[in-house]
Amino acid sequence: MSDTKRNTLDILEAEAIYVIREVAAQFERPVMLFSGGKDSIVMSYLAVKAFYPGKIPFPMMHIDTGHNFAETLTYRDAWMKQVDARLIVRYVAESIRQGRVAEEVGINPSRNGAQTVTLLDALTEFKFDCALGGARRDEEKARAKERFFSFRDRFGQWDPKNQRPELWNLYNGLKRPGEHMRVFPISNWTELDVWQYIQREQIALPSLYFTHQRDIVRRDGSILALGEHNRLLAGETAERAQVRFRTIGDMTCTGATESRAETLDDIVNEIAATRVTERGGRTDDRRSEAAMEDRKKRGYF
Amino acid sequence: MSTSEDVPMTTLVHERDLLRFTTAGSVDDGKSTLIGRMLFDSKQIFQDQLEQLEMVSRLRGEENVNLALLTDGLRAEREQGITIDVAYRYFSTAKRKFIIADTPGHEQYTRNMVTGASLADLAIILIDARHGVLTQSRRHGIIASLLAIPHVVVCINKMDLVDYSKARFDEIAATYRDFAKKLNIHDITFIPVSALLGDNVVNRSEKTSWYQGPPLLQFLEDVTISADRNLVDFRFPVQYVVRPHQDFRGFSGQVASGTVRVGDEVIALPGMQRSTIKSITFYKDTLPQAEEGQSVILSLDHEIDISRGDMIVRRHNIPEVENEFEATICWMDERHELLPSVKYILRHTTQTTQAVVDEIVYRLDVNTLHRSPAESLKLNEIGRLKITAARPIFFDPYDRNRATGGFVLIDPNDYRTVGAGMIRHSSRSTINELKRDARAQSLQALPSAADIQWTPGFVALTDRVVRQRHQPLCVWLYGGEPVTCHAIASILEKQLFDSGVQVVRLTDENTRSGLNADLRDNVPDIQEADRRHMHLARLLTDLGHVVICGFHGGVSASLSQRFMPNRLLVVSLDGGAAIAGVVVMDTTATDTAVCASTLQKLVADRIF
Repeated sequence: MSDTKRNTLDILEAEAIYVIREVAAQFERPVMLFSGGKDSIVMSYLAVKAFYPGKIPFPMMHIDTGHNFAETLTYRDAWMKQVDARLIVRYVAESIRQGRVAEEVGINPSRNGAQTVTLLDALTEFKFDCALGGARRDEEKARAKERFFSFRDRFGQWDPKNQRPELWNLYNGLKRPGEHMRVFPISNWTELDVWQYIQREQIALPSLYFTHQRDIVRRDGSILALGEHNRLLAGETAERAQVRFRTIGDMTCTGATESRAETLDDIVNEIAATRVTERGGRTDDRRSEAAMEDRKKRGYF
Repeated sequence: MSTSEDVPMTTLVHERDLLRFTTAGSVDDGKSTLIGRMLFDSKQIFQDQLEQLEMVSRLRGEENVNLALLTDGLRAEREQGITIDVAYRYFSTAKRKFIIADTPGHEQYTRNMVTGASLADLAIILIDARHGVLTQSRRHGIIASLLAIPHVVVCINKMDLVDYSKARFDEIAATYRDFAKKLNIHDITFIPVSALLGDNVVNRSEKTSWYQGPPLLQFLEDVTISADRNLVDFRFPVQYVVRPHQDFRGFSGQVASGTVRVGDEVIALPGMQRSTIKSITFYKDTLPQAEEGQSVILSLDHEIDISRGDMIVRRHNIPEVENEFEATICWMDERHELLPSVKYILRHTTQTTQAVVDEIVYRLDVNTLHRSPAESLKLNEIGRLKITAARPIFFDPYDRNRATGGFVLIDPNDYRTVGAGMIRHSSRSTINELKRDARAQSLQALPSAADIQWTPGFVALTDRVVRQRHQPLCVWLYGGEPVTCHAIASILEKQLFDSGVQVVRLTDENTRSGLNADLRDNVPDIQEADRRHMHLARLLTDLGHVVICGFHGGVSASLSQRFMPNRLLVVSLDGGAAIAGVVVMDTTATDTAVCASTLQKLVADRIF
């Protein structure tokens, strides 16, 4: 940063930090959502930078679907110590046990929908008035129109027609009791920006992002990891493959890619050359053309 | 992992900068096709996106892959075949990353165009070569101008349908250039394209050999934007105070404009406390300086009380500090119209206060620039307003500084953002006058003061007004006994001085032996003395002072012509008024101190 030439990463970093500070200034009880994925890792890293030498003035929260990769949870706990943040965990399994939401049945049961219920319940429980999320506009069509400050009504719902115009960098975080805001500081980052930033800052990542040997099954064009939450269906065969993950979500829906990328440099080179979007491996978005839009309306990120 | 044969243009160059541009146009203009073409030809479309696109195009019964489908996102929009909101797209080349704010072009979406334009470095305006310059092409230009987008590119599209005619291109470009002269657009470029066939979008077309300029993408890659940044006026709106322990108090924020260095003398608005920049930090780095766009933490040499909403600026470069100003507003609320005397929440930089619209000066037709009187503004209407805020805000005119000239209005009942504003200038008339060239003012507005000419310097009267926190005024006392006149002048001077006013007192005792030493006691010489007194008073008033003139003689008819009415207070001390608009006091019947106090109140009303 001693060189004041402004490249893309510097501009995006300054913008994200501005947005994170706005949240700290405008809200009484903000929380930052943490999934263990690279985007939320970058976001929490930016939060450290935003307030240094002070501490991050809000807690982190992980909505645990119970379908996590074991590596994600190990990483999560270590990372929280490193960024010196308080972590709150709320469990989808608990919401199911309490009858707040029913488990999906059938092939590829996903807890993506159930996760929304747990999230909204947790926001109410802690009276959080703002939740910071690591979503990016380039991820998916429905996200392309998302605001930095995304307004949610008392039911946590996103109404695309009732969003506030955002002009310049003037973010309107005012709301009535019960309403809340989702804020996305890295809205303007692309997947490649995130990786280049991780590379530049040398941020430690979960091992899942790097190449490793894993038991997998090929299903509907995706490569899914086999494990406790993902068992072989009739007629499928297990394989041992050299893979890594481009995104990390639930084991049930996150597809792996065959890759030999061992280092951050390898990953950046691979991403720069790739011809498939990162959500191309996510079966949850493929369910219908407007899948993401529908989930967002119900309160998903 | 599937990779294509083509090497994508995305590179690993860390030194790429960022260009934000907006595209406005209707479905028929081929706007979505143009963006789709840009993404497609620059190899920015991923394989799964393309497959999905092919599938959806097939389902819709279309023969070719519909590139427009890449950019219209929400189901409601696809069903209606229109874009209803601002959509952001991203792509990059070896030279730059691009953020496209894609907005619909129809009049009823003016608010979206304004939103998309607010941060844009560049606007692309599409004109259908068959139809030429239409109302909406003008509308897009007007909005680009109002939002002060530094660069405009007019893509004359569908050139394939006019046989790539140079004559047609030239005709449209000339018509539009003519129109743009009326606007605040400094850089305009015309490019003949066919988005459908790809001519001059990414690749140079062989069918327009008469066109010497670059294709659109190359232009976007090369256009210089660094010169658009305001690196002169240092403005630092304080966002959040970082105070981890007793020994560190840092003010975090993003530099809105200008540059700051360690050791710079600064003041904090609105408190006007002085200090010096002790350190500039970002995370663990200590920086020698910070400039526009950087998010940093400043700490100051000595503790002064600063909080969110305050602004740190250089001591010798201060923005306007005013609560009354004129602004252009785009109204964005579909539920309620903008009405004068309704209270709104005003958000400007990191400051939030209340504001009320005093007057709608006019409504601006976004298609024709025509101004008409208006009682209210409806959704998507643009108007010029006079606004009073509950507290002074620290601003620069929007055209000079977008970061400190833009604001939003928020409905205080449901907190929706209802208006976007661009401050044109303060609406206190004394400051307005200063906006004009001081020379033109003295020559044209006040012909009899042609003997006063100011050459422009580096300190404007606005700067003086901001620093001394009051307006200038000439207080001209006449009539009455010389002793009484001098006594009142002296008491008034002391009272004003004690309340912090920059005040000077001129009497004939000051001028008799020096300035007027060559004059005798005859009529022409008395007139000349009067002229010199008025001249001197005017000079000092123009320099921002409150000038008390106690020449106790008569009052010349030319006095009122030498001053703007709001800068002159004429006081008759002998109970009679020679000219209209004069404050009359009878000093023979009233105590001198009482007269001085009454005058002090009158002056205070005029200058604060």
